[in-house]
Amino acid sequence: MEQQIADRQEHRQSTLPSTAPARMTGAQILWEVLAREGVEVVFGYPGGAIMPAYDALPASGIHHVLVRHEQGAAHMADGYARASGKVGVCVATSGPGATNLVTGIATAMLDSSPVVCITGQVSSTLLGSDAFQEIDITGITLPITKHNYLVTRAEDLVHTLREAFEVARSGRPGPVLVDITKDAQQATVPFRWSDEPVRLPGVRPARRMAQEQIERAASLVDVAKRPLILCGHGVIKAGASEQLLRFAEKTGVPVASTLLGLGAFPASHPLSLGMMGMHGEAWVNHAVQEADLLLALGMRFDDRVTGNLKNYAPAAKKIHLEIDPTEVNKNVKADVALVGDLRRSLERLTPVVREREHGEWQTKIRTLRDDSATRDVQGIPHGGKLRAPHVLHDLWRLTRGEALVVTDVGQHQMWEAQYYRHERPRTLITSGGLGTMGFALPAAIGARFARPDDEIWVVAGDGGFQMTACELITCAQEGIKVNVALINNGYLGMVRQWQEFFYGGRYVATPLKSPDFVKLAEAHGMTALRVTSREQIPAAVEAARTAPGTAVIEFCVEGEEAVYPMVPANADLHAMIRRPSRIEESIHES
Amino acid sequence: MSHDSAFAAPTGRRIARTFIVYVEDRPGTLNRVVSLFRRRGFNIDSLTVGRTEREGISRITLVVQSDEDTAQRLEANLYKLVNVLEVHDVTHAPAVSREMAFVKVRAGAEHRGEVLQLCETFRARVVDVAPEALTAEITGTPEKLDGLIELLRPFGILEMVRTGAVAMARGAAMQSAATASEGDLAA
Repeated sequence: MEQQIADRQEHRQSTLPSTAPARMTGAQILWEVLAREGVEVVFGYPGGAIMPAYDALPASGIHHVLVRHEQGAAHMADGYARASGKVGVCVATSGPGATNLVTGIATAMLDSSPVVCITGQVSSTLLGSDAFQEIDITGITLPITKHNYLVTRAEDLVHTLREAFEVARSGRPGPVLVDITKDAQQATVPFRWSDEPVRLPGVRPARRMAQEQIERAASLVDVAKRPLILCGHGVIKAGASEQLLRFAEKTGVPVASTLLGLGAFPASHPLSLGMMGMHGEAWVNHAVQEADLLLALGMRFDDRVTGNLKNYAPAAKKIHLEIDPTEVNKNVKADVALVGDLRRSLERLTPVVREREHGEWQTKIRTLRDDSATRDVQGIPHGGKLRAPHVLHDLWRLTRGEALVVTDVGQHQMWEAQYYRHERPRTLITSGGLGTMGFALPAAIGARFARPDDEIWVVAGDGGFQMTACELITCAQEGIKVNVALINNGYLGMVRQWQEFFYGGRYVATPLKSPDFVKLAEAHGMTALRVTSREQIPAAVEAARTAPGTAVIEFCVEGEEAVYPMVPANADLHAMIRRPSRIEESIHES
Repeated sequence: MSHDSAFAAPTGRRIARTFIVYVEDRPGTLNRVVSLFRRRGFNIDSLTVGRTEREGISRITLVVQSDEDTAQRLEANLYKLVNVLEVHDVTHAPAVSREMAFVKVRAGAEHRGEVLQLCETFRARVVDVAPEALTAEITGTPEKLDGLIELLRPFGILEMVRTGAVAMARGAAMQSAATASEGDLAA
């Protein structure tokens, strides 16, 4: 799919009429290059040092979305990138405009999202003088970008911007920042475009995998008795879902997923197990611990996935398929590493592995699953109460699992991962690595521009939503529709849960007062509904779906619900805190 | 604070490792390289940087304490930097490594002879003599420099500067693709 996008962009480049004037300002060059890179929309906020660029923007035909805070711009570009597989672009001025991007850039970095950030900078003659709104943004973003550039001459813009796009989308993608001084935007220089591919002498193309490595991996797969695929974000990034499906079906190996890998493998597939890790399904974590072979695809053995590394999957050999060589042997030692494009690795691996069934192993996992089902919150009668996991489950049912869901960070995010079953890649967008509260609404706005026709739901908590609620009005100004499921439990729920489990139930700074969300949404001219019981959910969801613009549903849920199971930080993966069984719970409730 | 790395438990012995790193000569490149080590809590033993035979390409010799696994990941992380062209871990390769130092040592009339004799033994050149002190210039392996410095310490070292090691592989085998001219590569 990404190849198609790349092809399309290339096509666009080569078919652009060469009407560009011979001499252009740096500002004009900026937009000209972006247009030739296939950019149709940018998310930004103007200010002094970026004004020349803004002045030249309308002539470019690129659509600009005015955000209310630059953090939103970065998240929108990120959401756009994740929803489309293309590069997302955000724009900000120097100083505070640039520093406001930082959280969004770091979010994109940790989740390998291709984003190009354009920032204005004070004139080159003022650099380093602490001029008004001058900040060393390339210094600040050095550890949270894949690469960054300071451009002080208009002549350098074409190749720098082209490089920026190439770096952002190639290999393991990531954010790239281009800081452009005001005088470089203003200067008029000859416009020189070359259709030559961008040359990056410091970026090594992935080496061709030795057949020997492929065969070593295949021999491990062929003899494994309890193999498991760990499906990560890389499967989606590489567009390798079909290849994964073919591999899993041929080998009969069950597929567990990381949070960011959800959707890469259809949740309804018999081989799909669901999410692993801290809030993963119990049977998945037990399966990981009992496996004799882990096939890690495009994932990085994050601590939220492994728990205590010392006792992680102790009996398993590990095959690591990964595009980024620095991830191999970082947390977990690989017996075989296949470094390179995942799609290609799977295409080479699948023909040489044996066809298997693994009936015994699957039966074993099913037994584990049955045990979990008895504890599943979905089996608990709601008893007149509104429980967040029920809301997510119903939302999945009512949208037939076909919506693009963009979540914020916290309990609702985990419940979404557990109870909204994703069938296709790029139907869940969430901040996994950085865990950025406030991500959902702006990321969903970005996603809307990438996917104009898909149903989009924001799932956010009362805490995170208030961090970037200012972007509601961006939806109104743009006239776009996203549906917001606001899960209001009156707490910063995940922190409250930790306080309940690990800090003696002392709820310090987690009870949370909120504005009247219905009135707030109405003040933005939006459809707004409040849901206080499970029976009201279907009608509310339907009303939101059919509302002409952005609609907000506030779900007033039980305050002290916890996400189960839970592997306490750094505990062994199988040492999960489980939901008290249904019988115990019903006694507890009566 | 040199060992608390974010990486998995070190699996091997930590030794001084020497990397040769070819980089594009652009502003901020050194910052990126150093930042990579800083972020992971490595204390850099020494770092030298200078031009190469090829314009626009600089060469860094970097010495850092690490075990084998960590060294491999450091190398991979260096390669991830867009401005880094080539990395060689020459720790176990046949290579020459040299460092230079100036040592200003207290050497009044009563000890001057002794100090001069030590300098001569280590083939250090005396580059400045004052009534109460002299300055020696010494080039050699870091161990050789350590040797002289330890022997001079009892006299009183007033000031000292070391350049850090520069290293080069022996023979023609390890020639860099980054700086090689096209003719060299064809050969």
